[in-house]
Amino acid sequence: MEAVQVRDVFKFYKKYADRHKFLTIKSAMVNKTLFGDLQVGERFEALRGVSFDVEAGHTLGVIGENGSGKSTLLKILAGISKPTAGTVVTRGRISALIELGAGFHPEISGRENIFINGVILGLTRKQIQEKYDEIVRFAELEEFIDNPVKSYSSGMFMRLGFSIAINVNPDILLVDEVLAVGDASFVPKCLDKINEFRRHGKTIIYVSHDLATIERICDEVIWIKKGKIEMRGYPKRVVDAYLEYIGKKDEKKSLLQHGEEETSAGREKEKRWGSREIEISDVRMFDGRGQEKYIFEADEPLAIRFDVEAHAAETDFVFGIGVFNGEGINCYGSNTLLENYAARKIQGKGRVQLTVPALGLVNGTYFLDIAVHKRDGYPFDYHHFQYSFKVVSSHRDVGIARIPHRWEFSDNIVLKKNENP
Amino acid sequence: MIEKLKEIVRHRELIFTLVSRELKARYRGTVLGFLWSLFNPLLLMLVYTVVFGFIVGGGRVSGFESTKFYALFLFNGILPWTWFSSSMLESANVLSVQGALIKKIKFPIEVLPIMVVTTNMVHFLLGLPVLVFFFILFGKALTPWVLFLPVSLLAQYIFTMGLCFLVSALTVHFKDIKDILSNLLTLWFFATPIIYTYQSVPKALQYVLNLNPMTHIIESYHYSFYFGSLPHYKRFAITIVVGLLFFYLGYLIFDKLRDTFVEEV
Repeated sequence: MEAVQVRDVFKFYKKYADRHKFLTIKSAMVNKTLFGDLQVGERFEALRGVSFDVEAGHTLGVIGENGSGKSTLLKILAGISKPTAGTVVTRGRISALIELGAGFHPEISGRENIFINGVILGLTRKQIQEKYDEIVRFAELEEFIDNPVKSYSSGMFMRLGFSIAINVNPDILLVDEVLAVGDASFVPKCLDKINEFRRHGKTIIYVSHDLATIERICDEVIWIKKGKIEMRGYPKRVVDAYLEYIGKKDEKKSLLQHGEEETSAGREKEKRWGSREIEISDVRMFDGRGQEKYIFEADEPLAIRFDVEAHAAETDFVFGIGVFNGEGINCYGSNTLLENYAARKIQGKGRVQLTVPALGLVNGTYFLDIAVHKRDGYPFDYHHFQYSFKVVSSHRDVGIARIPHRWEFSDNIVLKKNENP
Repeated sequence: MIEKLKEIVRHRELIFTLVSRELKARYRGTVLGFLWSLFNPLLLMLVYTVVFGFIVGGGRVSGFESTKFYALFLFNGILPWTWFSSSMLESANVLSVQGALIKKIKFPIEVLPIMVVTTNMVHFLLGLPVLVFFFILFGKALTPWVLFLPVSLLAQYIFTMGLCFLVSALTVHFKDIKDILSNLLTLWFFATPIIYTYQSVPKALQYVLNLNPMTHIIESYHYSFYFGSLPHYKRFAITIVVGLLFFYLGYLIFDKLRDTFVEEV
């Protein structure tokens, strides 16, 4: 049986937001538009004919870019806003984790806020009393529960909000990105709880940008693009298609940004230093076929090429390179001195290329340091974090580097490799 | 409409919880707590007593036995007026202040203006013992007509509620209602017999005052406390009918605009 039925749902927003700031009774009366202003003007089409069912007990993932209509859809499912056209039928009690702790009052204690928030979410005081201990225990707030909520950290606030919402004991749970703000130790606990819900046969609709989690917990995924369902199916298949689409799009954007960065002198200043007796310019990245590229697969070949110009002849120079991940961790660094190249001479214009046969990095954004300096470290030209590239792949392994590896099992252990799960 | 009223009654636990949240939050943040909600009416009473009793009147207010009694009369009217005007001003903000509830949770929005009017009613009720205290202090006797209070209370609640539905709903679309409202309330205050008696107004002007529902509501408090007699029941009955009409219209418009709140708040 379907727990959720969505049929041809459209949602249009009136686009009078900019005009609205100036909308006053006077202007409305002067222009005789008192009611006209409340009519449909230009409209933004947030959802354009969305239909799907969710079987009771299934977990549906919803992915898509920002502004694609995911959150609008969830708000309609939650009954917060109404569809402009189409129907939504839901069976059972719904709890929506859209904003945790909405209705918390900062001046009063966690204990009292549990009751207030619980009643707001549709429980009776008696029901809350029964679940009170469980709520506090799950939120790990036993010691702080009588302190006013304003003294809570954002993590504590979020934990309490999650704990109340999850204890509403819904038949249908709607989750919108709320776990993105949680502290590292609490998020797995939330996911455990969500998994427990799945085991108990509850229906879950999970909106997130965290594709790995989506793949792990969902039975099915829909990808929403510009208000329409672009694709629906097995999580792995939809997530891969989505990643590919995002990758292609980012590549275009990155190419454009790359051009901008080189002309922006202001940014160059703080990210670049050195005496400039030797100068580095025109840093570019290429794939194995010599095609300029800034989005790579995990094990793709990568070449970094840059022009150098020595304004006078130099005999003491070292070329260096550093690769950093999004957290600023140095994944790899090396220079010509460390690799035993003895500098002899540089003069005039030249070109340097570093080729990596297989990148061996996990998904993420990476930044480059590129420098030319003397053996003692005296910088000629140091470019810090000026260049970036992205690794987007369907591999889900984690860490800093993708160490080459293979699995082996003795005969009595049987595993089957899913080539295309 | 009956269905809608039942719906509101079904939310009584939520209303109760939200009102107690408001009260707790207001009284917890400050040391003097509940005294602060009395501060404003007391100040008004003091100012008008000084101005009309001592500066203009030179120790006597015409129509009153003593300045003390004038102060009593003032406080008698200012207390319910404060309930009315605070409710109006707060309901102009309540939907945007509580925006998170509207936008992020499936929430019966009509509960918010109800919360405002009810919270302010509780402040008013907490002020009543102070009023009684002043009656005893100044040596003016109270009569059994004080028992008329619940009827006045109900009439004021219904009328205020209707206006607050209207104000809270319209402010979402017309932000300048807030500015108009505070000026309007100042005018309205003087157009209601609070700092003067209804009887002291010339006949012609009394007709104008009669058009103001707050006149009869405040008068009913004056009668049951200060004058110690039955209010003018015909006018009061009409006021109740008018109040119900306002309640109905206010709720109707609120309900009509309800779906726009999520997007406009």
